[in-house]
Amino acid sequence: MYRAHVLVCGGTGCTSSGSHGVMDGLKSELKKQNLDDEVLVVQTGCHGMCEMGPIVVVYPEGTFYCRVSKDDVPELVEEHLLKGRTVDRLLYTGEGDVHVPHYSEIPFYSKQERVALGNCGYIDADKIEEYIARDGYEALGKVLTSMTPEDVVEEMKTSGLRGRGGGGFPTGLKWSFCAKSPGPKKYVICNADEGDPGAFMDRSILEGDPHSIIEGMMIGAYAMGADEGYIYCRAEYPLAIKRLKRAIDQAEEYGLLGENVLGTDFSFSLHVKEGAGAFVCGEETALMGSIEGRRGMPRPRPPFPAVSGLWGKPTNINNVETWANVPSIIRRGGAWFASMGTEKSKGTKVFALTGKVKHTGLVEVPMGITLREIIFDIGGGILGDKKFKAVQIGGPSGGCLTEEHLDLPVSYEDLAKAGAIMGSGGMVVMDEDNCMVDVAKFFLEFTQRESCGKCVPCREGTKQMLLLLKKICDGEGTMEDLAQLEELAHMVKDMSLCGLGQTAPNPVLTTLRYFRHEYEAHIKDRSCPAGACQALIRYRIDQDKCKKCGLCAKNCPVNCIDGDRKTQFVIDEDACVRCGTCYDKCPFDAILKL
Amino acid sequence: MAKIKSLDELRRIKTSASDLTAARSSNAVKVIVGMGTCGIAAGAREVMDAVLKEIEKRGLKDVSVQTTGCIGMCQEEPLLDVIYPNKGRITYGRVTPEDVPRIVSEHVVNGRIVEDLVIARVDD
Repeated sequence: MYRAHVLVCGGTGCTSSGSHGVMDGLKSELKKQNLDDEVLVVQTGCHGMCEMGPIVVVYPEGTFYCRVSKDDVPELVEEHLLKGRTVDRLLYTGEGDVHVPHYSEIPFYSKQERVALGNCGYIDADKIEEYIARDGYEALGKVLTSMTPEDVVEEMKTSGLRGRGGGGFPTGLKWSFCAKSPGPKKYVICNADEGDPGAFMDRSILEGDPHSIIEGMMIGAYAMGADEGYIYCRAEYPLAIKRLKRAIDQAEEYGLLGENVLGTDFSFSLHVKEGAGAFVCGEETALMGSIEGRRGMPRPRPPFPAVSGLWGKPTNINNVETWANVPSIIRRGGAWFASMGTEKSKGTKVFALTGKVKHTGLVEVPMGITLREIIFDIGGGILGDKKFKAVQIGGPSGGCLTEEHLDLPVSYEDLAKAGAIMGSGGMVVMDEDNCMVDVAKFFLEFTQRESCGKCVPCREGTKQMLLLLKKICDGEGTMEDLAQLEELAHMVKDMSLCGLGQTAPNPVLTTLRYFRHEYEAHIKDRSCPAGACQALIRYRIDQDKCKKCGLCAKNCPVNCIDGDRKTQFVIDEDACVRCGTCYDKCPFDAILKL
Repeated sequence: MAKIKSLDELRRIKTSASDLTAARSSNAVKVIVGMGTCGIAAGAREVMDAVLKEIEKRGLKDVSVQTTGCIGMCQEEPLLDVIYPNKGRITYGRVTPEDVPRIVSEHVVNGRIVEDLVIARVDD
């Protein structure tokens, strides 16, 4: 019997901060102390609080340790596991320097409601038995033995679950279309082509709880009459793919996947298809083309996949997080799920909180929570206590919202009204140092590069928009350029073939809507109010503050700072490349950014 | 491994698999062994081994075993506490490995306090 379980996060975030070393250290230290028979070390998926990693949780007490390094391991084993004393210095430190020993009391977690992430960070993703111990495959058993396919679709409709990949289409309704499509051969697909900059919720679910995806897809397949499924996952997610494949093997060994599942007539086979990482392949028709071996390009709809999808057969595509919610909905009932959230946006949503926020990571919250609660209560506020400026919601297809939206409830409708979208749940927080024109340029650079080139508005439109944005950032824009940018943005939005082009102008349109004055400052005053656009800033030395230490001149990469310690130092503004090195290096804040 | 052929079989596997994660959920009964330097010197290690062996032998679920540091009653070590839900905390003193089966069978399993070994009680 293991009296204690030590859970070490093996998500991608904690792996990169060294959790494997911690894990190996724990195993050898426990052996040394003769505790390896009574203390179990478990590698789990992501806990979400990636910024505080590597994370180690010790049960039965549920003590939550942050930023544990390999060197902390001997003390952790001796103090906590042998002598039962908490190692205070490794605990999360809350307000007023108080140590917070438990998960539930850390502000980052106290407002969360974990459904899709319920098992992430709690079970060993490589052991199907641990998933089964947590009611895994119970929902599948329930639908196969006591529900008709129609019952399952109805239950999904009751839940009010909407597509978590970005579209927000009601899942139950989508399933009913595919269920009604005639034909002996149908497919279900899991869209795991997560590609938004800063978004990693799907990856964490795949890594931390792969069986929930398999179970969700099988329930969907039963409801719609499909017998084969594909998980389309980008190859840049090697850990997710490894764990998925292992999970599929284990489910097959147990007979939970394959022919005559649980002694019923239902059979299902599942494949993992690795994608090459094109953003456009997240679009469902392009994704199916890629599985079929063609170049990933969208095609016009209709026909919709529910009628003619993969290899011309009726197909249903849902995103990772959508599938992950299915087993819980079936097990606990659609009404339970619908009891969370707002009138039209039910349940919970996972967000990847990144950017200038204190606690970056993954959070799962009930719909209807305000942006303020997510950014300030859960995320801990802005890094360095700077001023909040904007938050980009929904990735490169989303929009920038401002301070006036902080009390907006997070729901599909409210976000759309403000000009953003739920998207897949990327949330990039920006502070006063971010230039909004530059931000719009950054996201457009991404979508422009990822445009597949099939339709003209997207291929040419985004290119021209980007050129205009670059011109404005370089201080060479005119008011006519601004008008043209806006006109192009509307055109690309209205005329593009697929979601990529239709949403690509969103960052431009929302920043124009809420930060037009910043665009105008770039054009009329030739200045960047946030001091971020290189071409528009000047560096000068404040001679009153300068102590003539010469550090700026010593560090300047282009040797454009002249002077000596007896007289004064001066920046040659024509030769200056505006790299900002002198600004960062000056110990007396004597470099002025103009 | 054998294939699971019915929902009942799946549930049987779940029951046996629940041991795997049991230590991570809230447990009904807590057994706490004092493992300060004083406890270890007085033989707490052997008591701990006996506790784990006894729980495993009886296949008990919903019991968690924890360690704790010195609480100041060093002369009474090894100390062993049993916390039963809503029934306060009972501290047994000078526990030997031979006492453990009795404490587990009487108190942990049946909720009957082993009066002759009790040295302290704390109500909820």
